[in-house]
Amino acid sequence: MRKLWRFTGGIKLNGFKALSNNAINYDLPIPEKLILPVRQHIGDVTKPLVYVGDHVFKGQLLASSTSFISAPVHASSSGTIVDIGKYPIPHQSGISESCIVIETDGLDEWDPTISANIHPEKLTVEQLHALIKSAGIVGLGGAVFPSAAKLKPTRPIKTLIINGVECEPYITCDDVLMQSRSDEIIRGVMLLKKMLSPDECTIAIEDNKPNAKRALENALKKMYSAGVDETTNINVIAIPTIFPAGSEKQLIKVLTGKEVPQQGLPYEVGVVCLNVGTTAAVYDAVYQGQPLISRVVTVTGPEISQPQNYQVLLGTPVNHLLEASGGTKTDNYKLIMGGPMMGMRLPDSQVPIVKASNCILVESLAQKQNEKVMPCIRCGACTTVCPMKLLPQQLYWHAKSKNFEKLDHYNLSDCIECGCCALVCPSKIPLVHYFRYAKSEKSENEIKEKLADQSRIRSLARVERLEKIKREVEERKAKRKADRQKKKSIESKKEKVKGEAPTKNTESGERKEVEPKKVAIG
Amino acid sequence: MSDSTDNNFTSSPFIPSSSSVGKMMRSVIYALIPGILLYIYFFGWGVLVNVCLAVVAALFFEWLMLVMCQRPVRVFLFDGSAIITAMLLALALPTIAPWWIPVVGSFFAIVVAKHLYGGLGYNVFNPAMAAYAVLLISFPLEMTLWSLPLDKLPQNISFVDALNFSFFRELPSNLNIDAITSASLLDHIRTEVGLGHSLADVQSSPVFGHVAAAEYEWINIAFLAGGLWLIYRKIITWHIPLAMLLSLFTISLICHLIDDNQFSSPLIHLFGGASIIGAFFIATDPITASTTALGRLIYGCGIGLLTFAIRTWGGYPDGVAFAVLLIGLTVPLLDHYTAPKVYGARKGYDKD
Repeated sequence: MRKLWRFTGGIKLNGFKALSNNAINYDLPIPEKLILPVRQHIGDVTKPLVYVGDHVFKGQLLASSTSFISAPVHASSSGTIVDIGKYPIPHQSGISESCIVIETDGLDEWDPTISANIHPEKLTVEQLHALIKSAGIVGLGGAVFPSAAKLKPTRPIKTLIINGVECEPYITCDDVLMQSRSDEIIRGVMLLKKMLSPDECTIAIEDNKPNAKRALENALKKMYSAGVDETTNINVIAIPTIFPAGSEKQLIKVLTGKEVPQQGLPYEVGVVCLNVGTTAAVYDAVYQGQPLISRVVTVTGPEISQPQNYQVLLGTPVNHLLEASGGTKTDNYKLIMGGPMMGMRLPDSQVPIVKASNCILVESLAQKQNEKVMPCIRCGACTTVCPMKLLPQQLYWHAKSKNFEKLDHYNLSDCIECGCCALVCPSKIPLVHYFRYAKSEKSENEIKEKLADQSRIRSLARVERLEKIKREVEERKAKRKADRQKKKSIESKKEKVKGEAPTKNTESGERKEVEPKKVAIG
Repeated sequence: MSDSTDNNFTSSPFIPSSSSVGKMMRSVIYALIPGILLYIYFFGWGVLVNVCLAVVAALFFEWLMLVMCQRPVRVFLFDGSAIITAMLLALALPTIAPWWIPVVGSFFAIVVAKHLYGGLGYNVFNPAMAAYAVLLISFPLEMTLWSLPLDKLPQNISFVDALNFSFFRELPSNLNIDAITSASLLDHIRTEVGLGHSLADVQSSPVFGHVAAAEYEWINIAFLAGGLWLIYRKIITWHIPLAMLLSLFTISLICHLIDDNQFSSPLIHLFGGASIIGAFFIATDPITASTTALGRLIYGCGIGLLTFAIRTWGGYPDGVAFAVLLIGLTVPLLDHYTAPKVYGARKGYDKD
């Protein structure tokens, strides 16, 4: 039995997983419209490569960027581009961003250039890397960090962690994916192993998903008995169900006992961590040559008629999923993208499914409505559950007074917004809300400060430049004056030489002294 | 966004929290009840009269202050915090105190110590203990006149008698005040030892039970049970009670072993005064206590040691209240220096 560590804090939550952890529904009809945001990842925005009116194939590249930390966007089905413009996207502040809208033709025609790789095992690490990058694969656990950037660590990797923890209540998309695509996931893991050559590889699953664990173990056995040796150091490990065990930093602590340094990345402790969904996407990209154009999405919650998991084309409006699930039980509902702990409320049901969307949770609007916020009574419950060992009540205090220096001191930037503190708060203080607000305010301030610094530097430079010019002009003037005077004095000397006024000598004695020198130099 | 507004916006988490200030406070009230019942059983209706007077007065002053400060009355009046303050204050008072003692105490606790500092969550001092200290200093006579346990009284005292005495200082005709009063246990020990009697002689006096005074033992065991239940229910953590009781036990044991004629036994320290109720119900008041694990241990330890020092060398019979108030002053400092290292803190990385 492998030794496991315990991360600080966390909460045991009721999972509500049984609502939706049956099979994946692959029969979702193609929606009439697909809305594809040009940025569905963390990193630099992509540039559209198509124009309104263009016909596109399924899997065709729509937008890309040359940046290292970015991921291209592909058409999820065939059809015509009808608009490129701002549409509401799933975002904490409900903003709109640039999207490419495809009116589907229902043919779902693949781009003819896309074909399966015949010998995927013969691909070099560089080729694999290029495939993953061009397939637009990002972390499908929710962080949507471009995977290709993760797969070029600058240090040797000891442990490759495949994250199948799925600690948020309600969500089951990874669970069903592990059950139905276990072979592909294992093949994906072997590709990742090839790229990183880690000492060991661990697939971590919370112990409330025994079926998923069994499926992966069986897939491993099958592959081993088929003579694939590389499966020997891949382990499937059940970890205790404590929220947020699926958060990368907490999972690394549980499996290795190590903590990722502050503001650091997992490879600094010899770890790379990828989600099981991402691993399946890597398989699709390498074996099938398919870019990331769909994902598994859980549609669940107390207010949806038929909770289930779907394979959903990216860009599908949420509304389409609700209809497929038999609609909502009540009109008085709210939509949450992600889980109930870290998800975001959607402005309406028209927003599209994006690479980050693992779950659509339908909850009653009445819930949580009548909670009164009381003052903090310093009970410290938030401190006890914080998995990052922060002091949320201190952060709250300083976030409220916008004391950014203090917020820095209490490490606001380390907050992973898991929501544990807000959940246990007896005063019902929306702590995460304060922290998010303070974070965005802080980064805004920093940008402003940066800009202010730049303009200050610029204006200082300008002042200096102007002074320099002035100085130079004056110097030149002075020089000219001096030259003029020199000329004059020479002329006057000449006049003197002509023998006119020897009496003036005493007055211009000074000049007399200087001039011979200059003459000597000249 | 300010406090006490509707919590209906779009931020996660979306799971309603099961705990609330009201629930926490109610649990504390429930945990106090067994001890109060035993207290009434052993010391008569005067206890109940004190508790009722203090609670009614506290709720009245709370209401008054909420109205004057234009704060939502319904939410705060019934959050239970004022009731707990009043109960703790009432339990610290002599059982035969006149009616205005609990009322003045509640006034000081709620109006001055709580609301003038900003209300719930903002008070610097534990309101009940601040009020107790003010009463003890202002009215030393009334505050040190303790009743004998009921079974040592010449006759039974009814509820009406207790009310009569509280409001009009009238005793049943065949009783006089000296017959029903004594010093409290710790006061008794202090006076006797101060007069040069050996501790052994003092303890052979009939007020003593197995470890401390018989009645106090039972009452304290009831409070202990209530306190343990609060820990079990995760309303309080074990840090402060354990640190306080352990430090008090250790220092009194050491002193007792050095000179058992000068220093009373650790068990008297634990069960003879306000140590138990102080450790579980007063020092653990979240608003005025430290919030980090290490800070709570230091805070509890400090209260235990200071309690012993005040009891042994100070001018007042019981030191818990003053110890809580004084150590409470160190809380901001404790919180600052005992902040846990965050996840992934880099070695030798210090922001100060």
